[in-house]
Amino acid sequence: MMSDLIGTIMERSAARRWLAAAMALLVAVFAFGSPSLAQVSDAELTQRIDALAPGSYADRAGAVGALVASGDPRVVGVLQVLAEGDLLVVEETGKVVYVERSGKDFALTDPLTGESLGSVPRGDVEKVRVNNSLRRTLRTAIGQLTLLSEDRGTRLAAAQSILRDADPANLQLLDESLAAEIDPAIKRTMELARAVITLKSGSDVEQIRSAAETVAHSGSRDAASILSAAMGTVPDELRADIQASIDGLARDRAVWDALQNVWFGVSLGSVLLLAAIGLAITFGVMGVINMAHGEMVMLGAYTTFAVQETIRQNAPGLFDYSLAIALPLAFLLTALVGVAIERGVIRWLYGRALETLLATWGLSLILQQTVRSIFGPTNRQVGNPSWMSGSFEFYGLAITWSRLWIVVFALAVFVALLLVLNRTALGLQMRAVTQNRRMASAMGIRTPLVDAMTFGLGSGIAGLAGVALSQIDNVSPNLGQGYIIDSFMVVVFGGVGNLWGTLVGAMTLGIANKFLEPYAGAVLGKILILVLIILFIQRRPRGLFALKGRAVE
Amino acid sequence: MTAMKTCAALTGLMTLSLGSLATPVLAQDDTIKVGILHSLSGTMAISETTLKDTMLFLIEQQNADGGLLGKQIEPVVVDIASDWPLAAEKARELLTVNEVDAVFGCWTSVCRKSVLPVFEELNGLLFYPVQYEGEESQRNVFYTGASPNQQAIPAVDYLMNEEGVERWVLAGTDYVYPQTTNKILEQYLLDKGVASEDIMINYTPFGHSDWQTIVSDIKTFGSTGKKTAVVSTINGDANVPFYRELGNQGIMAEDIPVVAFSVGEEELSGFDTTPLVGHLAAWNYFMSVDTPENEEFIAAWHEFIGSEDRVTNDPMEAHYIGFNLWVKAVEAAGSTEADAVIDAIVGLETPNLTGGTAKMLPNHHITKPVLIGEIQDDGQFDVVWETEELVPGDAWSDFLPESAVLEADWTAPINCGNYNTQTKACGGVAAAQ
Repeated sequence: MMSDLIGTIMERSAARRWLAAAMALLVAVFAFGSPSLAQVSDAELTQRIDALAPGSYADRAGAVGALVASGDPRVVGVLQVLAEGDLLVVEETGKVVYVERSGKDFALTDPLTGESLGSVPRGDVEKVRVNNSLRRTLRTAIGQLTLLSEDRGTRLAAAQSILRDADPANLQLLDESLAAEIDPAIKRTMELARAVITLKSGSDVEQIRSAAETVAHSGSRDAASILSAAMGTVPDELRADIQASIDGLARDRAVWDALQNVWFGVSLGSVLLLAAIGLAITFGVMGVINMAHGEMVMLGAYTTFAVQETIRQNAPGLFDYSLAIALPLAFLLTALVGVAIERGVIRWLYGRALETLLATWGLSLILQQTVRSIFGPTNRQVGNPSWMSGSFEFYGLAITWSRLWIVVFALAVFVALLLVLNRTALGLQMRAVTQNRRMASAMGIRTPLVDAMTFGLGSGIAGLAGVALSQIDNVSPNLGQGYIIDSFMVVVFGGVGNLWGTLVGAMTLGIANKFLEPYAGAVLGKILILVLIILFIQRRPRGLFALKGRAVE
Repeated sequence: MTAMKTCAALTGLMTLSLGSLATPVLAQDDTIKVGILHSLSGTMAISETTLKDTMLFLIEQQNADGGLLGKQIEPVVVDIASDWPLAAEKARELLTVNEVDAVFGCWTSVCRKSVLPVFEELNGLLFYPVQYEGEESQRNVFYTGASPNQQAIPAVDYLMNEEGVERWVLAGTDYVYPQTTNKILEQYLLDKGVASEDIMINYTPFGHSDWQTIVSDIKTFGSTGKKTAVVSTINGDANVPFYRELGNQGIMAEDIPVVAFSVGEEELSGFDTTPLVGHLAAWNYFMSVDTPENEEFIAAWHEFIGSEDRVTNDPMEAHYIGFNLWVKAVEAAGSTEADAVIDAIVGLETPNLTGGTAKMLPNHHITKPVLIGEIQDDGQFDVVWETEELVPGDAWSDFLPESAVLEADWTAPINCGNYNTQTKACGGVAAAQ
């Protein structure tokens, strides 16, 4: 068993060595390989590809090894398709094929030659199954095969997967590709991978010392943990130095962690801001306790779902624009629902806060159940457009695109709303009605119309929030309930009737929450925030930024 | 007779369309009534509505096959609206007003705990179809979902042996099922020699949606060079944002796999699973299991529900097993009377959908296979591992010192749910002192 294993490893590392050489030759456009690099015949290669399908996952990993050993560049494509789970096998013949869906049948092509093999009904082909450990094997194999690719992106990905696995068997391959590499970013990744491997398995003290320095200065988020993992194996005389670098890195890390926490807080704050800003209008400006506010958010999210569903069926190419299309629709729909609620229910209840609360609570239940009857009780699938997926590193911070865009969007909505309130006639009338309804009415403002418009605006903004929240939360009938309490907390804390208060309130709550969470846990953190707000409201009943003057009374 | 049937059909229709209203009770002596006690509105409607449909489907099939004891079965649907005190009231209503012979229902442990006293007091029958934390066995309840030794422990074994995991994150929603399960798992891991600094336990509230800090913590925890995995008992709605955040922060299943106990086909049908490919779930049934029984079940279900897109999941199989066992027990006893059924059902067997046999054990749990599946990009699971033998459900965990000595056995001569094997007496741990 053991000798088998060593045999395989030796065979594979030997294979890698000449494989790397073969690839180097290919890149250098040498048409003829040296005699020792004789290519495996196509028939043999096809046989090795077919060997991917039968047997256990371990057998499949063996078949991948055999394919890599063939050194044929066409293997890369096959392995990538396999890693994505798109490689299929014809059940009857055991032939491994690429497949394209054409109507009810599948059109088959040969993975090696690309020639068409006719089509078969869907039931006749089966997926070549992949599990996590096979996926890891594939990642390394693809990394090895593409480390000398001509495409920069492919090379970088290859270097990163070599770095992830840090397998000592790749050392030679890395050295060869480092010599040929010119791109500085890829070179750094390769050097780091080389250093990590040396740290793990090197024997020369000087080499290990310089490897430790390379890792320490790499700026990688994982540098400290790589070094601490190596502490067990490095020679004794290096321990003190490495410990010192670990401590140094930990100090840097602490600063970045704090900044990262601030970012998380800002991002949570912007979600709170989005959810609360509509309420700041209906509750803050009009004084209506609108328990159905969360359902407006939910309706906005369902509008996004409906838009995406239409796009999926009719124009899949527009998917990346789905959110831009959903925004105005969501605003219009929820604004209309808002106006209808104001005209139909709330206007009869002005001045009777408790009854408004109960009526809107009932409305929220009705809206939830309506959506549940139409769309079903289960979550609906809302996808992330490509520009909202994934993350990037900004110095020591990891920032996800979806959160970044939501922060930007929340601030944009805030600024837009501020402009509407301060620079438009509607805004002026709104403020007038809020500050003194009777006087405004006496000055000829049609207060019922302004009331309806204001409520519509607040609801419409909740709809916009729904579009954004559909990107990070469930789209289910319960979506709104999760935000209603938080929204009221933000508005009350920030100060009723003041948009700036809502902004500061949301950000403060977001950041405070994120700083409490690591120490107190998510559950206790939320409770602590609630207690702090209650205490704060005791001191300042009107919130952070209270409206001053007699008008409010 | 025809008029009566039309009337019953109308009632059924009304139940379906109104959902939240209890079916009006018709005085019909020639039917056997079955209560369906699920949430059709509120937070839990997302999971439980399908189970209500499953029960209607099973009852319709049974009626088409000639009913039970020569009578038709009549479903009585009530909506407990995700409200647990209401669940107890509705259970009482089913047993006293509607006089049902058996009740199928509840999803959460808190629902089961709320209705338990009612079933004990009125001597009803409850079939509970969801995996739960164990540490319970009642005479009137049949647990057709998995106990921890049929789901959590085998999943941890798989990660430890097949994936070589050394560091563990136990992440769960803050309520009784995750807490008890994690308590059992933590003890199990410690017994296996995992150091306590290699275990991180984290709880979040229901419906938690901001996972940034926790996912980033998991990433840091997993970057020490030791293979790390997340064991997730996160429930319901909180899962979608959790998996999204994992995908966004670039945590791949190859590096840090997440094995979930509450995420099935139904939950995955709510989103794009491409970033989740390779993450794991442990269940006793997957829709993708390739057996003739399962194929037949799925085809019949699609025909009943009128959509090819609807998925099947583990709790649905549990209702399938529970219903069939109850039917067999009633036939064996020749009566629907609770005591007769309780005596008759123990030891009965019925085929499950994965090619094995579910047997009702004396502790009112059943035998199940344990399957580990990897999420695929089509929202289905690909079984990567399964137990060779059926695993009998264990009411009291062997890994918690205070319950290791307890056994449940509802047959003579023991006839109790918490028999202490040391003191040879009923009454649980208290009996030991």
